[in-house]
Amino acid sequence: MRIVVCIKQVPDTTEVKLDPVKGTLIREGVPSIINPDDKAGLEAALRIKEQAGGTVAVVSMGPSQADVALREALAMGADEAYLVTDRAFGGADTWATSYTLSVAIRKIGFDLIICGRQAIDGDTAQVGPQIAQHLDLPQVSYVEGIERISGNKLVLKRQFEDRYHLLEVELPCVLTALSELNKPRYMSVSGVFEAYREKEVRRLTFEDLKEDIDVANIGLKGSPTNVKQSFTKQPKGKGEKLELEPEEAVLAIVSRLRAKNLI
Amino acid sequence: MSRNIFVFCEQRDGAIQKVSLELLGKARELAAVLGQEVYGVLLGGNGIVNKAQTLIRSGADKVIVGEHQELSEYLTAPYAKVLFEIVKEYEPEIVLFGATAIGRDLAPRVSCMCHTGLTADCTKLEIEPETGLLLMTRPAFGGNIMATIVCKNHRPEMATVRPGVMQALEPDFERTGEIIEFEPRIGESERRVKILSVIKGEKKDVDITDAKALVSGGRGMGSPERIDMLNELARLLKGEVSASRAAVDAGWMPQSRQVGQTGKTVHPKLYFACGISGAIQHLAGMEESDYIVAINKDASAPIFDVADLGIVGDVNVIVPKLIEELKKQ
Amino acid sequence: MNFELTQEHSLLKTMYQSFAENEVKPLAAEIDEQERFPVETVEKLGRFGFMGIPFPKEYGGQGGDTLAYIMAVEELSKVCGTTGVVVSAHTSLCCHPIFAFGTEEQKQRYLPDLLSGKKVGAFGLTEPNAGTDASAQQTRAILDGDNYILNGSKIFITNAGHAEVFVIFAMTDKSLGTRGISAFIVEKGFEGFKIGREEKKMGIRGSSTCELIMENCIVPRTNLLGAEGKGYGIALKTLDGGRIGIAAQALGIAEGALDETVRYVKERKQFGRRISQFQNTQFSIADMHTRIEAAKWLVYSAALKKDSGAAYGTEAAMAKLFASETATFVTQRCVQLFGGYGYTREYPVERMMRDAKITEIYEGTSEVQRMVIASALKVN
Repeated sequence: MRIVVCIKQVPDTTEVKLDPVKGTLIREGVPSIINPDDKAGLEAALRIKEQAGGTVAVVSMGPSQADVALREALAMGADEAYLVTDRAFGGADTWATSYTLSVAIRKIGFDLIICGRQAIDGDTAQVGPQIAQHLDLPQVSYVEGIERISGNKLVLKRQFEDRYHLLEVELPCVLTALSELNKPRYMSVSGVFEAYREKEVRRLTFEDLKEDIDVANIGLKGSPTNVKQSFTKQPKGKGEKLELEPEEAVLAIVSRLRAKNLI
Repeated sequence: MSRNIFVFCEQRDGAIQKVSLELLGKARELAAVLGQEVYGVLLGGNGIVNKAQTLIRSGADKVIVGEHQELSEYLTAPYAKVLFEIVKEYEPEIVLFGATAIGRDLAPRVSCMCHTGLTADCTKLEIEPETGLLLMTRPAFGGNIMATIVCKNHRPEMATVRPGVMQALEPDFERTGEIIEFEPRIGESERRVKILSVIKGEKKDVDITDAKALVSGGRGMGSPERIDMLNELARLLKGEVSASRAAVDAGWMPQSRQVGQTGKTVHPKLYFACGISGAIQHLAGMEESDYIVAINKDASAPIFDVADLGIVGDVNVIVPKLIEELKKQ
Repeated sequence: MNFELTQEHSLLKTMYQSFAENEVKPLAAEIDEQERFPVETVEKLGRFGFMGIPFPKEYGGQGGDTLAYIMAVEELSKVCGTTGVVVSAHTSLCCHPIFAFGTEEQKQRYLPDLLSGKKVGAFGLTEPNAGTDASAQQTRAILDGDNYILNGSKIFITNAGHAEVFVIFAMTDKSLGTRGISAFIVEKGFEGFKIGREEKKMGIRGSSTCELIMENCIVPRTNLLGAEGKGYGIALKTLDGGRIGIAAQALGIAEGALDETVRYVKERKQFGRRISQFQNTQFSIADMHTRIEAAKWLVYSAALKKDSGAAYGTEAAMAKLFASETATFVTQRCVQLFGGYGYTREYPVERMMRDAKITEIYEGTSEVQRMVIASALKVN
């Protein structure tokens, strides 16, 4: 089975802090990581490969720096890595991103495509389903369990807010993984060495894809949506902050709650 | 010429989901600005047409109903196909979805079929007076940056909206509207995913977005046993317990109770943050609460920037004393 | 001249950190408290490749360099000094001499299990009366047909309680002095070989430190490591390499303690201010960080020099001397900044302070390092 896993390199948003004076994001020193849902998708792919055989290819669209995320995936056990990168692809919204990735994935070849549910920096959860649509494939999103693999059929447990679905889907198809799906493995020492010494990150640029790509659908120009403006949220006015002995603090809380009719 | 505002009205087991009513309320506002009509789109199994009236009472001018046995339980492909055909036929200007698991699965697929843009998880929608464009504002980058997105040249404009953000209208039992039946056509290519079983209730848990008071625990609690203490406080405050991502990641509380960017957006009357430092993605989910009390050891914790009442101190000392005090009252 | 890690080393560091943070740190206080060897961690260390980093793949190693190896010891030691020394003693003191001085047959026989972590290795040089003066070996080895018969005892042997392969030194000809010392590969199961009592230690309490007793211990002649009489040279060369490992352990302990302290001083308040706002705290942290950075480059440059093939004994001695004294200095300062809490077991800095001290003592005391450095400068 040939499994393609889409990964995104994201800033670790749990490490992002606000500059209290300027109200802007402090991005320096924020580590870049493989998006957690995508990492769960990669782990799922590696397990399917261990069980059913085949190859795992990871693909990421982004700038050159995303190389390290792909190396990490290789170090975890992926067989091939592709970096879809070109200035022409820059500024893409989810529609143009999923279009570009779908062209790349078609070129790479697949039986199964796994994406993470959503990226922690954008939180849109759109690229997976949109890749499925561009490739006219069935999709199963929010996958929380891979119950069975038999022949070209998968049985998957999918999570909604109030229920699970046990679904059967035939390959080829697209899954989107929740981070609850599994606990991704560590890289291994030999994995890291292989990632740099024996495996490679292949670049797919516009030039490589131009036979199959419609230039009107890529990058900023191919994006239906645009950011009109972005701004940091104004924190609401500060309330009172008290440092008291515990007993006094309790009385302060109770009196405020009573004044507000909350108790 | 595209016209009118469509709301995809989500049903589960025949029950209309709250977020759909909230969207109808918002859609009415937008429709008033544009001078257009609000359509509810309701897909479901046999008999779902009976729910159409609910949508009219909550603000729909017309309801397009697609009834089909294969639409009773949600699956991406048949829903996407039918909704796409409705959009093709009626050419709405705007389509809104709830940012639920279903909405966030369906909307990207349909937007892609329509070759149009989609903005996820909006917290604010308004019409730009000069252009009539829908301004879709959403949090990004872990909830700290707000971005306003527009979709200029493609129609319909599509957005998903987080549950709990918009206000539903009081049902108006006098309101009347038109119910349009739409014949769904579902073929083999929509049957590539089969439901083997539906397991409900297994993860049934209270909906923290409904709670009037929330007592929320974070990593600063130190250990999972202390959650009992929060349960007790929540009971006294007639509320529910919730948690930050850190506490959920540590396995102390289920994901369904997580507040924040990757959890739920809540705005209870009282939000009690215990041992929560206030990472931006947490603040994004709770800062609209009416009254926020925060207890944290670290005086420089960002939670204090949004708290109405901040107590610098050890939550494990203060909360037990607070419980005692409340019991006395 | 370049002070940047390569991409490969940088990704390794990410890997080491995530393993240390999730698999090693949660156990650190417990194994210290219970004086328990972390068997479960060692199994994982083997699985993820930590037990054979700087050895070729043909023997089951990972094919890494010395820097890759000592960075692993450093990252493990940031969260747990015990785990750091388990890897360091195994790699530098047992696997390395077998790899460097063993016959092809010995390497084929012992390295695969050691480098995969299936077996843990140890090194037996120190005796009750031969510590810093290692030349005063009293353990005897007498050739008897196809076997050597070993008699004597060793003390303070790191990993001993859980090791299965030992590199042991013994006198084959006392009349030749240090030229009469030979090295042997001894398996735990050899007749006449016994693990003695376990030491109760001040720090690195999860590591196993035992006495070894050899009573007519039968070691096949084929287990002689290197030529007869070459043991002392093997021991000294092995310790040169080992010192870089211990230097990395010390560096890691210091870094770990400083990380904990930086976090703490931003939280703790006294006199209505965070203690990080006091200049005393700031200066103390600045001093510690500066020393740590200096130690780091000494340690890393010793590792690079070893891999370059040049003589590196002096660099290794300087790295160990400076890093271990830095670890002691830093951990004591950290406990001081924590105040009373720092002295309790509620916070990890007291453990780190206890763990730090040994790095000034084992694999050559600071005094020995100074002797090595001075003699390289021909000041004698």
